[in-house]
Amino acid sequence: MLDDFEMVAGVEVHTELWTKTKIFCGCTTEFGGEQNTHVCPVCLGLPGVLPVLNRQVVEYAIKTGLALNSEIAEFSKFDRKNYYYPDLPKNFQTSQYDLPICIGGHVEIEVDGVKKKVGITRAHMEEDAGKLVHSGATISTSDTSFVDYNRTGVPLLEIVSEPDLRSIDETVAYLEKLVQILEYIEVSDCKMEQGSVRFDINVSLRPIGSDKLGTRTETKNLNSFSSVRRCLEYEIERQAEVLREGGKVSQETRTWDEAKGITLSLRSKEEAHDYRYFPEPDLVPMLIDREWVERVRQTLPELPDARRLRLMGLGLSDYDAGVIINSKALAEFFDAALAQFNDAKTLVNWVTGDFLGTLKAKGLPVQLSPVNPEGLAELLNLVAKGTINGKIAKSVLEEMFATGKGAAQIVQDKGLVQISDEGAIAAIVTQVIEANPQSVADFKAGKERAIGFLVGQVMKASKGKANPGLVNKLLQEQLAQL
Amino acid sequence: MKISKEQVEHVAMLARLELTEAEQEIYTEQLNSILDYAALLDKLDTQGVEPMAHALPLKNVFRDDVVQPSISQARALANAPDAEEGFFKVPKIV
Ligand SMILES: [Zn+2]
Repeated sequence: MLDDFEMVAGVEVHTELWTKTKIFCGCTTEFGGEQNTHVCPVCLGLPGVLPVLNRQVVEYAIKTGLALNSEIAEFSKFDRKNYYYPDLPKNFQTSQYDLPICIGGHVEIEVDGVKKKVGITRAHMEEDAGKLVHSGATISTSDTSFVDYNRTGVPLLEIVSEPDLRSIDETVAYLEKLVQILEYIEVSDCKMEQGSVRFDINVSLRPIGSDKLGTRTETKNLNSFSSVRRCLEYEIERQAEVLREGGKVSQETRTWDEAKGITLSLRSKEEAHDYRYFPEPDLVPMLIDREWVERVRQTLPELPDARRLRLMGLGLSDYDAGVIINSKALAEFFDAALAQFNDAKTLVNWVTGDFLGTLKAKGLPVQLSPVNPEGLAELLNLVAKGTINGKIAKSVLEEMFATGKGAAQIVQDKGLVQISDEGAIAAIVTQVIEANPQSVADFKAGKERAIGFLVGQVMKASKGKANPGLVNKLLQEQLAQL
Repeated sequence: MKISKEQVEHVAMLARLELTEAEQEIYTEQLNSILDYAALLDKLDTQGVEPMAHALPLKNVFRDDVVQPSISQARALANAPDAEEGFFKVPKIV
């Protein structure tokens, strides 16, 4: 980080809402169709057509606002944002200007153990633009461009933060938290690689100690947390250099070059933004009654922070709870397993250890795990009841992953039931002691560690099935008698 | 409120209209006379009148989130000045 300047950043997050159809027409929002096949006269902006608002878009916007602690406007409307760009067939974007659906709000983040509330200014509904493919390497070196309007009209919610972010870590923490919330409340599929969530970063610098805002730049269309981090690293260093040399940062829009790792000015003679917003005459206003808002509130799931606290209340460490809630799928897996095996601490050790480890090795997301929550609970119940020991359980879990069979089935098929018969174990202990006089002598001479070797030998002789507690006890007893 | 010739030039640029010097003069004059006429409204007492967001007394017109058929690629491109491989083809952007 810089030691002479402080960064001030705010972020605009565009998230595609998870509806089946576009915001103002019945075209599908499905990703990846053949170019210009998910279009109709409305989303192509042909003359004489009338848009009709998708109720689900409003509902998702309300849901998001509630999750972000926003006020839901009682009266809201759409406006036209006028600008010329070929990804916009109407030459205006239907958006919201002065009466957005969500007003205010905050998201709580934590960086290096310090909690902070990041303010939300507003969130508004709008339509996405189409996709451009350029004939050359970049837009400015291309003689022609090709337009696909399939994405045009896909509903977006633009969530605007206050300029409350003071470090790159805070910025990334805020974005991660926001995306996590969107994922939890299921208003977006949050597929970053498909552009379902995109970030515009506003950042400026000011001398440390100053409370005046410096001139900011806006870098548009970042689509991963790592790009945001790299972009900010580059951009604040660039601005710092300008300022250190006594220059002025120009207020401008920039673009991120992922391959080169630099930001570039997008300045043109028409840079002066003058969108000439005016109320959209083709759409009537929305009156959002409080009953509707309450109905949507009932559909809110437990949010990540609340979930984390609940898990910590069950005895999980802050860290473990964080790992579990990090993805909604894992949090739900955990809860489902917990419903059938109620020792949360033991469960979390298995989930964050062998379970996640195996999934990671196989490159599988939790949703596609061959072992379901009930299966893991069944396995852990076998351990809790003493049917199998922990070590055997690990190999049974491996087998469950490999074959998809249930734990009890595997234990039965392979004869893995734990040996808890004292007589049987005592006999093995006697054999092991007779076969390993050197270790016995070591132990007698005070080398405590020698007993570990002997325990290992007994476990090996029992094919891992002996009850480890009994092995220890009987070994100690027999050794003491020598 | 008076509109200047510079503002007319600016608005024309934003709307991608190329105006001659003479046209700029005419439109400046015409726009000013329209604004003067609209300024009559300033004489009304609007105390206690809610700002109007729409001319129709309608609220909450929604549709259900149900997919309707789209049109074919060929029809979508039928009126395009230029197209290639299913894309609209546009001239140099910047
Ligand atoms: Zn459409």
